[in-house]
Amino acid sequence: MKIVVLVKEVPDTYGERRLNLETGLADRDANDRVLDEIGERATEVAVSYAESHPDTEVTVLTVGPETVPTTLRKALAMGATNGFHVLDDALRGADLTLTAEALAQAIERIGFDLIIAGDISTDGTAGVIPAMLAERLGIAHATSLNSLEISDTEIAGERETSGGTITLSASLPAVVSITERLPDPRFPGFKGIIAAKKKSIDTVDLADLGIDADADVPRSIMIAVSEKPARSAGTKIVDEGTAGQQLADYLVQNRLV
Amino acid sequence: MTELAVVPVLVLLGISPTGELATSAAELLGAAARIGTPVAVIIAGPGHGQDAATAAGAAGAQRVLFAETPDVNSVLTAQLVDGLVTAYGRVKPSAVLISNTIEGRDVAGRFAVRTQNALAVDAVGIDRDDGGIIVHHSVYGGGYEVDSAVTFGTPVVTIREGGVEDRAAAANPTIESFECVGTGLTAAKIVSFTPEQAKSSRPGLRGATRVVSGGRGVGSANDFALVEQLADVLGAAVGASRVAVDSGYVPHSYQVGQTGVCVSPQLYIALGISGAIQHRAGMQTAGTIVAINKDPEALIFEIADFGVVGDLFTVVPQLISALAAKKG
Ligand SMILES: Cc1cc2nc3c(=O)[nH]c(=O)nc-3n(C[C@H](O)[C@H](O)[C@H](O)COP(=O)(O)OP(=O)(O)OC[C@H]3O[C@@H](n4cnc5c(N)ncnc54)[C@H](O)[C@@H]3O)c2cc1C
Ligand SMILES: Nc1ncnc2c1ncn2[C@@H]1O[C@H](COP(=O)(O)O)[C@@H](O)[C@H]1O
Repeated sequence: MKIVVLVKEVPDTYGERRLNLETGLADRDANDRVLDEIGERATEVAVSYAESHPDTEVTVLTVGPETVPTTLRKALAMGATNGFHVLDDALRGADLTLTAEALAQAIERIGFDLIIAGDISTDGTAGVIPAMLAERLGIAHATSLNSLEISDTEIAGERETSGGTITLSASLPAVVSITERLPDPRFPGFKGIIAAKKKSIDTVDLADLGIDADADVPRSIMIAVSEKPARSAGTKIVDEGTAGQQLADYLVQNRLV
Repeated sequence: MTELAVVPVLVLLGISPTGELATSAAELLGAAARIGTPVAVIIAGPGHGQDAATAAGAAGAQRVLFAETPDVNSVLTAQLVDGLVTAYGRVKPSAVLISNTIEGRDVAGRFAVRTQNALAVDAVGIDRDDGGIIVHHSVYGGGYEVDSAVTFGTPVVTIREGGVEDRAAAANPTIESFECVGTGLTAAKIVSFTPEQAKSSRPGLRGATRVVSGGRGVGSANDFALVEQLADVLGAAVGASRVAVDSGYVPHSYQVGQTGVCVSPQLYIALGISGAIQHRAGMQTAGTIVAINKDPEALIFEIADFGVVGDLFTVVPQLISALAAKKG
């Protein structure tokens, strides 16, 4: 089986993330760049399947800046077979349409039976890329899965819906996306880290994929960005036996109850 | 501005597997009314379309197009996209609004690709000016406000649940049924539906005006009853940190934060929550933040309007009885 895992490099959420107020783009210097945790989970799903199915090839794919190879190595150290990186200046600030086009073309190039993505990225918070890819590739999607079973010919899993849970199944090839209900990603061991250094990462640009970033199609653009003033701390009391009472008074005085 | 009133805005309204109109209908139609005439599309199971259409009118739809097909309960997403594409062709709207739910995101992604339109996601507001439609977003956990627009075409917008306060006046809609012709594209099958167990009478987290959340400091699923007790005294929704969810104190749907629900209530009370940046990302736009934590250095105090350094198991019971006495 050929599995393509979609991973994204994002600003580390453990730091204060910043937007550049002129360009509206992520301030690259403000934070460490890391693999999105949900992408690590997606990699874990693929790698643990590969462990019990030796004929599996796992390619980790990303569309992102020149810093990507460093973060992609982590997925390789977890056990992915190889990496694929779409790198092009024209992708800076790319909207979802262009990102999906680049991913879809790259996936066609790699070849696939199953594509595994995260449900939502921590920087884009879009959650639409998996369905966009399914539409472009003409295959089924099963997104936001809280559980996932992979067989040679199909996938099955559960997801939340309004008023309950649904169980889904789809024949391969298909695109799935997983939620953080899936198991935590493994920490790459020393052996994995050494092995990752020898694994290949293919790098292509948009021209290689036959994509024109300036094509005459509708794009989504940022037109304004502003920073919200940071919150500051208010009153802080130490409980000496009456804090519950004082808090009740505060809530009443401020008409919060 | 007379023109504005006649510009149709297409709104896809969600229907539950049992046929009810999703509660997001009110905010979607409210957002649509701000920029034009709300026209609703409903794709429902057999026998549910007419009732849902009437309910959509009560929530502000001026015109409703509905289709019924048994496939909505057995095929994932496909009918919704096909039906929306048909309605889009008929209505020629200036924008398409869809709720930012799991199902809504799937529809939005496929619809945007199929109709070759640009997407604006996770909107918390929408406006129109001479230049066209402007979509408002709250990004990086509410740290920034960003406006977006599309260069041309019809923007496809997903609206954050509980993110929009606009409401449309109830309308007496013209209701038309249409046939949902499937494209027969490959899709996943819905094998079964398990309804959730008895819904609590508590308000839902999304869009709640008051939220009481518990974290690791609550210690166990049993002790979470204290969080719920305080919530009930306040008429609040119940939330939790990711650690509380991962530890099995409460279901995942309670999670507040970057990978959970983003809330913006008037009052947020954090009990035994340290205030990790990913938790703050889901609640720091609240009107008033109250925190009870026994660690005076806890990060949550940096953003709390009223912080109590103390043991939640002594402070919260006292708070509950003090509030009950004031009500009494
Ligand atoms: C990609 C990513 C996404 C994430 N998304 C989320 C998210 O959506 N939501 C989220 O919450 N987290 C999220 N996290 C996790 C986050 O980093 C923290 O681990 C988590 O928020 C901590 O939960 P907590 O505050 O309950 O636990 P802790 O950090 O362990 O804090 C427990 C607190 O309880 C206090 N306490 C203990 N006993 C008592 C007592 N008796 N009385 C009063 N106080 C007491 C302690 O002093 C401590 O401050 C995410 C992390 C990552 C990497
Ligand atoms: N630039 C990208 N490169 C690789 N995968 C991506 C990229 N953007 C989104 N994805 C995938 O799509 C998922 C959902 O992302 P999003 O739609 O941005 O919220 C992510 O978890 C990734 O698996």
